[in-house]
Amino acid sequence: MFPVIQLGPLAIQSAGLFLLASIWIGMTLTEKRAAHSGLKSDSLDSLILLSLFGLLAGGRLAYAALHFDSLRASPLDIFSLNTSLFDLTGGLAAGFIVALVYGQRKGLAFWPTLDALTPFFATMMVGLGASHLASGDAFGKETSLPWGIELFGAVRHPSQVYEIATALFILNLIGLRKPFSAAGVQFLAFLAWTAGASLFLEAFRGDSTLIFGGLRLGQIFAWIVLAAALVGVERLQSGMVVNEQA
Amino acid sequence: MQSTRRIWFAGILVLGLVWIGLSADRLGESTNGLTPAPQKGFLAPDFTLETMSGQKVTLSDLRGQVVVVNLWASWCGPCRLEMPAFKNIYEEYKDRGLVILAVNSTSQDTPSAVEAFVAEFQLPFTVLMDYDGTVARLYKLSALPTTFFVGRDGVIRRAVIGGPLAESTLRAEIESLLAEETP
Repeated sequence: MFPVIQLGPLAIQSAGLFLLASIWIGMTLTEKRAAHSGLKSDSLDSLILLSLFGLLAGGRLAYAALHFDSLRASPLDIFSLNTSLFDLTGGLAAGFIVALVYGQRKGLAFWPTLDALTPFFATMMVGLGASHLASGDAFGKETSLPWGIELFGAVRHPSQVYEIATALFILNLIGLRKPFSAAGVQFLAFLAWTAGASLFLEAFRGDSTLIFGGLRLGQIFAWIVLAAALVGVERLQSGMVVNEQA
Repeated sequence: MQSTRRIWFAGILVLGLVWIGLSADRLGESTNGLTPAPQKGFLAPDFTLETMSGQKVTLSDLRGQVVVVNLWASWCGPCRLEMPAFKNIYEEYKDRGLVILAVNSTSQDTPSAVEAFVAEFQLPFTVLMDYDGTVARLYKLSALPTTFFVGRDGVIRRAVIGGPLAESTLRAEIESLLAEETP
């Protein structure tokens, strides 16, 4: 795993740096490809930045709400620079709400905006894989295959490398292509490919949450997302869904 | 065209279900906390170290108790900043069985500096001396401070690299660990 860079009181983890780099690259790609979607790159940039701010602030507030008793004794901790005071689910929900509100106010059409943001999402998936590689998260199960890597006391599937490779493939296949004829299909195709890859690759992980006698929870979640994305593609392609116009 | 696409999509979903069934972990291939490694979900690597007075402490002897392993050094700014929080938390939870092992990275520190540090903060919990860097290597220490929250079953529940840790984070983690049933 990669080292941590200590700057004064801040321990900057290389995993976080990969995520930051992917945000920057993703925004650059989205900006460059905004013309294909007919949207202004400034609006997309603002949408991304405000959503990220919403994610960070919402994640901290959600943590404070969930651990209210712990924070009551030391309330100033809510302003702590330590990133461990963060609730991801709450953060994602807040980021999503901020994006919706901003999109509505600026009159951004729903599906074309998601299509325009697909390069950003696809790049973030590459960054997520790289951050897993740096932190050791999402590690593989034990294997005797020749490409196994020594990790945490065993030879394991390089699951993070699989993750990065498939994310790069999807970025190239879906994220960087011109939009499909029907609005929303590019985003849903990205979602379907990503969910499908996750469903397949989860089988090689050694940290799966198991339910019902060994079924991997991550695969079941990925299958549901895959099914929803495919149904969405089918409906959009069939012209059954009218694009939302702001 | 439309019906062909639907057949493809249905086929993909059926294949997905088959794959979920085939790749189910019936043999316990997930770690289940049985392998020692300095990572969440793994057994905390065992070690025996001495206190400043020479008393030996072994991590595995503390099985059944909630243990916080904090790796620190006297020259490390964030370690200095977070130590009062550890002290407060220990005073608050020691009667409920909390153990804090403050492992000094003595291979990159000096015993005299450690003594001065302990006296300055009047640390009430166990301070261990990692003279030859064994624990630093075992726990793949990459930044100071680093803190591991270990459950009663000896499995790491959370690893926090860097600091300073907020007192509320410590309290939230420890409350959650103390609420777990004894294995």
